[in-house]
Amino acid sequence: MSRKIDITLTVNGAAYAHAADTRSTLVDFLRDDLKLTGTHIGCEHGVCGACTVLVDGEAVRSCLMLAPQADGASIVTVEGLGAANGELGALQRAFRKHHALQCGFCTPGILTTAHALLTQEPDADADRIRDVLSGNICRCTGYVTIVQAILEARDAYRRPADAGTSR
Amino acid sequence: MTIVQNTPLVGTSLERLEDERFLSGRGQYVADVRKAGMLHAAILRSSVAHGRIVRIGLDAARALPGIHAIVTAADIPQPIPRIPLRLVPLPEFAPYHQPVIASAKVRYVGEPIAVVVADSRALAEDAIDLIEIEIDNLPPIGDRDVDASGSFLFEETGTNIALRYHTASGDPDGAFATADYTRRETFQIQRHTAAPMETRGLMAQWDESGPTLKLYGAAKVPYFNRRALAAMMNLPETSLELIEVDVGGGFGVRGEFYPEDYLIPFAARLVGKPVSWIEDRREHLMATNHSRDVGATVEIACTKDGTITGLRGEVFGDMGAYIRTNGGVVPTAAGMFLQGPYRIANVDITVLALMTNKTPVGTYRGPGRFEANFFRERLLDMAAADLGIDPAEFRRINLIREDELPYSIGKRAPHLPDAVYDTGDYHAAFERCLTEIDWTGKAAVQGRLIDGRYHGVGIASFVESGGAGPKETSRFVLEKDGMVTIAVGSSMLGQGLETTFSQIASDALNIPVSAFRIDHGSTARLADGLGSYHGRSIIVGGSAVLDGAEKFRTAVIEAAANLLGRPNAELRFENGAVVSDAGASISLSQIAASRRPDDGLLSVDGIFLVNKPTYSYGTHAAYVAVDPDTGRVEVLDYVAVEDVGRAINPMIVSGQAIGALVQGLGGVFLDHLIYDEQCQLLTASFADYLMPTATDFPSLRSVALELRLSPTNPLGAKSAGEGGMVPVAAAVGNAVGAALQSCGAQPRTLPLSPSKVWSLIHEPAATAP
Ligand code: FES
Ligand code: FES
Repeated sequence: MSRKIDITLTVNGAAYAHAADTRSTLVDFLRDDLKLTGTHIGCEHGVCGACTVLVDGEAVRSCLMLAPQADGASIVTVEGLGAANGELGALQRAFRKHHALQCGFCTPGILTTAHALLTQEPDADADRIRDVLSGNICRCTGYVTIVQAILEARDAYRRPADAGTSR
Repeated sequence: MTIVQNTPLVGTSLERLEDERFLSGRGQYVADVRKAGMLHAAILRSSVAHGRIVRIGLDAARALPGIHAIVTAADIPQPIPRIPLRLVPLPEFAPYHQPVIASAKVRYVGEPIAVVVADSRALAEDAIDLIEIEIDNLPPIGDRDVDASGSFLFEETGTNIALRYHTASGDPDGAFATADYTRRETFQIQRHTAAPMETRGLMAQWDESGPTLKLYGAAKVPYFNRRALAAMMNLPETSLELIEVDVGGGFGVRGEFYPEDYLIPFAARLVGKPVSWIEDRREHLMATNHSRDVGATVEIACTKDGTITGLRGEVFGDMGAYIRTNGGVVPTAAGMFLQGPYRIANVDITVLALMTNKTPVGTYRGPGRFEANFFRERLLDMAAADLGIDPAEFRRINLIREDELPYSIGKRAPHLPDAVYDTGDYHAAFERCLTEIDWTGKAAVQGRLIDGRYHGVGIASFVESGGAGPKETSRFVLEKDGMVTIAVGSSMLGQGLETTFSQIASDALNIPVSAFRIDHGSTARLADGLGSYHGRSIIVGGSAVLDGAEKFRTAVIEAAANLLGRPNAELRFENGAVVSDAGASISLSQIAASRRPDDGLLSVDGIFLVNKPTYSYGTHAAYVAVDPDTGRVEVLDYVAVEDVGRAINPMIVSGQAIGALVQGLGGVFLDHLIYDEQCQLLTASFADYLMPTATDFPSLRSVALELRLSPTNPLGAKSAGEGGMVPVAAAVGNAVGAALQSCGAQPRTLPLSPSKVWSLIHEPAATAP
C-alpha cells in the first residue's frame, strides 16, 4: 500500500516541496500533484515517449521513473519550453509553421525530446533527428513535418538566447 | 474597431489557430479534466475469450477501504441495455448488438464484467485484483470457418455468420464463361487498428437536482451518443450534455459508443459524485474497436488485349464478438470498393460478416477501402503479367475516362442506393503519379538485383467516397464583445477544423479569423449534429458554416437597419461593419452592445443538406528495395496523388495525406493484432503492437490536385483525410511483387513483416493465405 515521502524539486524554474506517494510515477506526480497536465500518458510502459520530460537536462520517460527518484532534480516540462516573455519558443514556433502537430497529444513529449537533442547537438542532421525521435510515437503526422520543424529550429539553438527556455 | 480582411484565406496554408495551446501544454484532454470530489473507475475485463460466467465474488474487493461501488450486470436495470448501430443498421445484425456489460456469457478477452469506483485509480485497480471470477470455458471461434465446430457465440442464432448478401451487375457468369483469360486469388488483410496516442477516457458528473448528466470525453459523434445514452438511461436528451474537450486522435475508433459510455455515467449516478475513467493502453488494445481483418477470394476475367470483362469477389470480414455501432461497414465497404476506378461491366460480389471470439471490429481510416484496393490492385498486376501487358498500360486500358462519367457501378449493398462516380479525370491523376515516380525511367530497375537488394515499383489507383449526408448544422452567435462564435456539429480530433472553419467563415464574411471562436465543445449548443467521420467535416460541416455565414450577414444587416433607420436594401456588410450607401456605419461590436437584455444574443442557424457522397480518386506509386537475406523492405520513394476538389488549407491537406500514408505503411509492414488459438490477444502493449516510428519511412511525397470540384457542395471539396491511406497496401504490395518477380513471389497477405517476405522469397508455396 502507499505511503508518502517528502521530496523537493524544481519544475520549470519553480521550487516545490511536496509529499509524494511512494508508488506514484513522476508523470502522475507532475499531472496530479503539481497540476501540470501538459505532460501526457500514452502507454505507461516506456514505449511511446508522450510522457518525456527533462530531468537535469536529459530527456526521460516520466512514466518509468518514480516521483521520489526525482528528489533534488531540476525538471522541465512542456509548460517550461516557452520564451521568457511567455510567447512560444523557437522550436514551438517551428512546429506551428511546419504543421508538425495534429492532435497535439504526442507533441509535449516530442518537443522535450527535440529540445534536449538540440541543446546538446544543435547541428544534428535529419538522420540523427529521426534516430533520436524513434522513441516517440506520433500517430497523426507521419513525422515528415516534425523533422522539418526540428531542422529549422536548429538555428536558434546555435544561438541559445533565442531558443526559448533558459531553464 | 475596423477589421479588414482583403485576401481570401481559403486555399492558403494558414498556420493552425489551435496549435498554440497544444505547443504550450495548455491543451485540455479528458484525463486533464478534474472536478472536486472526483472518484476513479477501473474495469474488470474478461480474461477468457468464450465462456459462461459461473460466479463473481466481490467480498474481498468490497472490504478494501476507499472503494465506493462495484457494479456488475446484477446492478444494471434489466434488460441490460445494448449498444445500437449508428451505421448500416441491418436487421440481420439485431442478435449481435453488444450488451453494456457481460452477464451470462463472455465473448472476447477484454469484455467488461465489473466496474470499480474508488478514491484513486490505484485503489480501484487493487480492488479489481481481489474480485474472484469463475468462468466455464466454451470452445472459442477464431478462424474463418466459423460454423465448423458447432460452437456458437449466440446459441439462439445457430450460426456465427451474421450476414451474407450478394449483389451483381451485368452478366458476370456469361463474362467468365466466355473470357479469354481468368485468374482467381485469395487475399487477406490482417487485423489491426487505429491506436491513437490518447486512449479513450470519460468523466461523468451527475447532478440529482436536474437531474442532469455531464459527460466529458465525447468525440466524433457526440449527438448520436447523447441520443443513445438518453434512451438507455431513460432520460430526456436535454438532461444530458456531452462535452468534447481536446482529443488525441480518432481515426475512426475514438468517440463511438462503447460499453463504458454507459457504465461510467451509470456509476456516477450511483455514487452521486464525479467519476473519471481513463483507459490504459492494455485495455485500449483489447477494448477499443479493432479493424480491417478482411479477406477475399477475387476472380478477374479479361480479353487477350487486356480489357477487363468481369470481376467476382467473395469478401469475408471477421467482425469479432459483437456488431458495434459501425455495423457492417468494414466488409460492406470492401465489397463496395472492389471494382475501384475501372470500367467493368460484369461484377458479382458476395459479402459475409463472421462472428468470432475477438474484440469487435469498427471503422479505421479508409474502412474496407484499404482492403479492397489491395485485393484488386494485386490481382490486376498478376493479370497484367500473365497477359504480358505493362501494369501501367493495363490500367490505362481499363481506367474510367472522364467522358464516361457519371459512371454507375450499381447497387453494391442491400442498404445503399446505386453508387455513381460523379466527376474527375482519373487518367490525369494516374499520369501525374507515373511522372512523379518516373515510371518509364524506373523500368531499368524493375525486378533487378542491385547491391544485393531486389528493386521494384508498384502502382495502384483508387476511387473512394466521402462526405456522408444527410446534413450538418452550425450556429453563428454575435457575442457581447463583438466576437462571433460558430458552434458546429462537427467534431475535432486533430484535423485542424478550428482553422479551416475559421478560414471558410472569414472569406464568407470578409472579416479576419481572429473575429471567430469555433465552438465544438458541447451538445448543448445545437439541436443536432452528425459529427466527424467518412471525411465529412469540411464537405458537410464546412458547407453548414458557409450557410450560417450567409444567414449571419443577413441577420446583421437586419439588425443594423433598425439601428440606423435605413432599409436593408441600402446596407452592406463590409470590413466587419454594416455600412449604408449614404456613409453611415455600425460595427459588429456596436450592434452587439445595442441589444437589449431581453433580446438575447443575435444568433442564426446554418444548415447543409446533402444526399450524395463525394468521390475523390487518385493513384499511388511505391518504389521499394527488398533484402532477400533478411526479408526487410525499404521504401525508397513513395508518391501519393489525389484530387481533393478544393483544398481549404493545403498545408493541412498535405499533413493529412502524409499522416494517413504512414498509418497505411504501418498497416502494410507493422500493425498486427495477433490472437492465439484460444483467442487470447498476444499484442496488448506497444512493445508487441508495432507502429511506425520516425526512422521507418523518411521518403514520402504527396501531391494534392484540385482538378475537378465536387458537385455535391458549394466548397467543391472532397474527402482529403483517407486518400493517403486507401491504396497504400495495394501500391506497396505491387512494388514488392514487382521486385520479387524473378522468384515468383506474390504478396497476398499482410503484414509484410521481414519473416513473411523472407518466406515469400524462399518458400513461396507455403505462404498462401
Ligand atoms: S507514457 Fe511514458 S513512454 Fe508512453
Ligand atoms: S500529433 Fe497526434 S499523435 Fe502526434
